[in-house]
Amino acid sequence: MTQATVSERIRDVGFLRRLLTRPELAAVAGAVLVFVFFAIVAGDRGFLTFGGTMSYLVVAAQLGIVAVPVALLMINGEFDLSVGSMVGAAGIIIAITVTEFGWPLFAGALLACVFALLVGAFNGWVVIKTGLPSFIVTLAMLFALRGLTIGFSRLITGRTQIGGLGAATEGDPLRVIFAGEIAGIPVAVFWWLGLAVLGTYVLQRTVFGNWIFGVGGDKVAARNVGVPVNRVKVILFMCTALSAALLATIQVMDAGSADVLRGQLLELQAIAASVIGGVLLTGGYGSVVGAVFGALIFGMVQQGIFFTGVNTDWFLVFVGAMLLVAVLFNNVIRKRASKG
Amino acid sequence: MTAEAPDALRVENIAKRFGSVTALQDVSLHLRKGEVLGLIGDNGAGKSTLIKIITGFHRPDAGRIYLDGEEVELKSVSQAQRLGIQTVYQDLALVNDMTVYHNMFLNKEITWRPLPLLNNRKMKHLTRRYLDDIGVSIPSIETEVAMLSGGQRQAIAVARAVYSEDARILLLDEPLAAMGAKEGAMILDLVQRLKESGGVSIILIAHNYAHVLEVCDRVNVLQHGRITYDKPAAETSVEELTELMVSEYRRARTGGGG
Ligand SMILES: Nc1ncnc2c1ncn2[C@@H]1O[C@H](COP(=O)(O)OP(=O)(O)O)[C@@H](O)[C@H]1O
Ligand SMILES: [Mg+2]
Repeated sequence: MTQATVSERIRDVGFLRRLLTRPELAAVAGAVLVFVFFAIVAGDRGFLTFGGTMSYLVVAAQLGIVAVPVALLMINGEFDLSVGSMVGAAGIIIAITVTEFGWPLFAGALLACVFALLVGAFNGWVVIKTGLPSFIVTLAMLFALRGLTIGFSRLITGRTQIGGLGAATEGDPLRVIFAGEIAGIPVAVFWWLGLAVLGTYVLQRTVFGNWIFGVGGDKVAARNVGVPVNRVKVILFMCTALSAALLATIQVMDAGSADVLRGQLLELQAIAASVIGGVLLTGGYGSVVGAVFGALIFGMVQQGIFFTGVNTDWFLVFVGAMLLVAVLFNNVIRKRASKG
Repeated sequence: MTAEAPDALRVENIAKRFGSVTALQDVSLHLRKGEVLGLIGDNGAGKSTLIKIITGFHRPDAGRIYLDGEEVELKSVSQAQRLGIQTVYQDLALVNDMTVYHNMFLNKEITWRPLPLLNNRKMKHLTRRYLDDIGVSIPSIETEVAMLSGGQRQAIAVARAVYSEDARILLLDEPLAAMGAKEGAMILDLVQRLKESGGVSIILIAHNYAHVLEVCDRVNVLQHGRITYDKPAAETSVEELTELMVSEYRRARTGGGG
């Protein structure tokens, strides 16, 4: 009898502790705070309208699409700083193949995806073979890929911006998937939420998710028990690159043009969203839900400031402060978690 | 243990170098079916290296490995596991940030077949049963292993290896190292029970010779990258083993070479 009551109590305490020590707690609380703040300050200026809501959801969605796999990769203990350059590269690939070569949209998008998967696999391969930190390897890729994009774009088209995609893809059924709206909500939002659900599911419920945590927590231990450490890493690098190609497709369809400079700083925003969401820089800890809320905070802050009428130049100051506060908060949670 | 039992495992002429360090020079040993073999040797003698070769973690530079008389080439830990080789590593192999039950089933996850979805309920249930069976008390299997004592962690690692459905050969690399007397006795008990159940063959590495003689059928000594001693446990003693190890140190100190 006493045995049972003791274990009941442990379970109760465990449940409450679990709730209060979830990695995404700070991000969820932060999102609520930011929402309330802008609802009060800019509620009467359109922040709360449907259009206002969509405006920040689209910003959040575009970041979130990349932040989800970036969070998985970071939980696995690696960085991918090349996703921003990948967005630029993939966009230019689609624009050139469609407008210059006259390819159908699906072929251009497919080529961009294949290219992204190859670059992702290459990133992973170099990290594994050289043993260099992925921070360095993908930083090199950040520069190299951007340079290649600018170089080839100018070589082939003589320009660094390629327009005319709207006309070239007129009536293409793929437009609906990448640039359409459902009930007035841009499809990017659905891509974001879909990836969030998928990522959460993979991380929390599948064998592969267990391996992501295992490899990120302790690579040697995971290898000791036979987890295919390298395969897990390469697959995740391919996922981050692929998500960049997806985002590029959406952006290109949306804007009707591509620009070699697209995606700049996206890599750092995705890391910031993940870190705000409770992902540990050293790996082994975090959640996809956190990164989703991290991206949501980004969107709300960026558009919210616009709605307040304050000069949007101040946006980045707000982001910097948010990042620091969120990480400090996460640290407190983490300490409490490890004290039990 | 009957002397005629066939070999479950045999390694021949194993060599392994790490850069300029020769960890194993020429190691040959055999492990009979159902036997518990004690492997002793100084720190740095190469015991862990040998274990990691048999478990597929390191590839040997030379030598052959036979399982049930058949030569095998071990390319990975997973492959060795599929062949029934389970290991408790000296440097453990637990992920600190993961829960007890996720560690217990890392890379052996129980899923809702044929889907690759984790069956957490079953993993928790079995984890509790295994730990109860060993007799170790852990407050909650849902805590991260970082919060547990060295002995508790060691017990999890042992349970992980021992309760693999397909464990035919168990390699225990200093499983008693981080343990208090009571926990150590639990593990020795478990080894004894496994031996009596007869299904597995075990190599046990330990520094406490009394422990080794308590549960082992045979003792091998690894020195200078070779097996230098091989006797049934019944024919040796703590004194003899101690003398064997210390004499080397004395010889070295008196400059006698050797
Ligand atoms: N991964 C490794 N890289 C380089 N040297 C190693 C490695 N593993 C073991 N060694 C060296 O091999 C020798 C044997 O080590 P080890 O097998 O751990 O000995 P033991 O387990 O008997 O104490 C030591 O000199 C050790 O420093
Ligand atoms: Mg050792």
